Amino acid sequence: MAAGIRTSELRKVYNSAPPLAAGAGGFSFAEKRSKGKQPKPEIVALNGISLDIHSGEIFCLLGPNGAGKSTTVGVLTTRVKPTAGQAWIGEHDVWKEQSVVKRLIGVVAQRPNLDFSLTAREILVFHGAYFGLSSHERNTRAASLLERFKLTDRADQIVRGFSGGMMQRLSIARAMMHDPQVLFLDEPSAGLDPQTRLLLWEIIREYNRGGKTVLLTTHNMEEADALCQRLAIVDHGRIIALGTPQELKSSVPGGYLVRVRFGQDSPELLLRLQALAGVREVRATENNGADLYADRGGSLVSEVANLALAANIELCDVHISEPSLENLFLHHTGRSLRE
Amino acid sequence: MNYKAFMAMLARDARVARRNIVALLFQTFLQPLMFVFIFGRVMVGSGYMPPSYKSLLLPGIMALSMVGTGIWAVAMPLIGEFQFTREIEDRLLAPMDISWVAIEKVVAGTLQALAAGIMVIPFAWLLLRPGVDLSLHRPILFAIVALLVAVFSACGGLALGCSVEQTHIGLMFSLVVAPMIFFGCTYYPWSALANFPIMQKIVLVNPLVYASEGLRATLVPQFPHLSLLAVFVALLGFNALFLTVGLRQFHKKAVS
Repeated sequence: MAAGIRTSELRKVYNSAPPLAAGAGGFSFAEKRSKGKQPKPEIVALNGISLDIHSGEIFCLLGPNGAGKSTTVGVLTTRVKPTAGQAWIGEHDVWKEQSVVKRLIGVVAQRPNLDFSLTAREILVFHGAYFGLSSHERNTRAASLLERFKLTDRADQIVRGFSGGMMQRLSIARAMMHDPQVLFLDEPSAGLDPQTRLLLWEIIREYNRGGKTVLLTTHNMEEADALCQRLAIVDHGRIIALGTPQELKSSVPGGYLVRVRFGQDSPELLLRLQALAGVREVRATENNGADLYADRGGSLVSEVANLALAANIELCDVHISEPSLENLFLHHTGRSLRE
Repeated sequence: MNYKAFMAMLARDARVARRNIVALLFQTFLQPLMFVFIFGRVMVGSGYMPPSYKSLLLPGIMALSMVGTGIWAVAMPLIGEFQFTREIEDRLLAPMDISWVAIEKVVAGTLQALAAGIMVIPFAWLLLRPGVDLSLHRPILFAIVALLVAVFSACGGLALGCSVEQTHIGLMFSLVVAPMIFFGCTYYPWSALANFPIMQKIVLVNPLVYASEGLRATLVPQFPHLSLLAVFVALLGFNALFLTVGLRQFHKKAVS
């Protein structure tokens, strides 16, 4: 039986720097006074995350570093205790039925957290043993996963000397070892070369075809777009948009984004840009720039250039983006995911 | 509790210990045996120490080896595994309550401490002979004391390993382990502190005192020693305390 994932109003506030496992990042700070002591900074990592991920779905949490993606995964995998709110895997409350939940999930952490005292094969075999697989079963499964992740050559070496990419592949193989119903992958393709990334995507899709639920986090829009059936965009511990990649992309006014920068600030010019055909929204940005959300891209550039020329203002920079999740993120937050 | 997962973790620790067996043996026995050689052979042989010191020294050396092994076997891996690499994660994600992961570490540490205690006796005996006068008249009491000492070392390792950061390992040894050894009645009986009455009272907060005196009471009862009742009560108390503190600290480290 495949299992879905649900969360209700998850909140997590750290009173000290968030631990490594939760992916430290730039959260919002609020000061809290305690008697006579230095005020401790409160770090709000999750600020009311409610999700309903269907069983058998590939779902993606997309957001910049420090948005709260890893903390969400931490809560769902029993590694981070939420300050408030609830989380379920299938019908099981993550914090009340931890052992049952741990049996249902496989977890790939953001950093390779392999058991460095063991060989690659031993890591898989012992993992299988922790989950009660029979000796025959765990040896066979370990061999086939090593083969599939192209690690057979180095299977009997201590993993301390492995490259980052090999460790990452082994982490994923380990998470699949007990055939979990729900697979969590926290930034799985960070540090992988493009070829291995494609192999990973294929493996994730194949795992999902078996009816398994996959939750992955990424700050890579291409990955979210290519893999996910639905995704949530997360920023500052909140969900700012949720839907299929197509729905989300089409929710950006016009779809296209033309980013321009002028030699000087001119609100009047921005008003004229707003009046151009197809332009849905114009937003002033830093350094005399403007973001034009429009239903066309390239054909707009010459008109923008003409308007600038007529106003005797230099057009310094133009960048056209086709409809993308990046545009959506920018539209919601005013910041680029890549920043 | 998930018996299969627990046993698999014990098997994992055994595999790692076996892989590092040579380093482990040196680490466990080199220092105590050098001490045995210098004090038991050189000093006694040259007449600076009475011959009976050989027998007095051996239980203390056994306590020292056991406690050193247990603390090291539990604390050092935990300090490492809870650091940046979070190597312990795969065991924390095994389908059982995470307290059992800590208890597994204690069991593994206890077994290693017992092995160290059993092995150091023949080694030391070979180095010291002739003139060692051991009397195992109360083997069951001896076994109970040895077990309590081993459990104490492993629980102490759990409490220390989950409270100390990697950058403070040196400090842990100079501030906790070294004073514990020197004021732990390992190289002298507790009664030898009679000339320092205040210190004699203060060292009673040191669990190693009860470990050394307990082993002295059951291996070389001809020397003055603390009563076995005091040893049992104190070691049981310390074991409960360190296990409780250790488990609490383990949970703090494991779940953020």
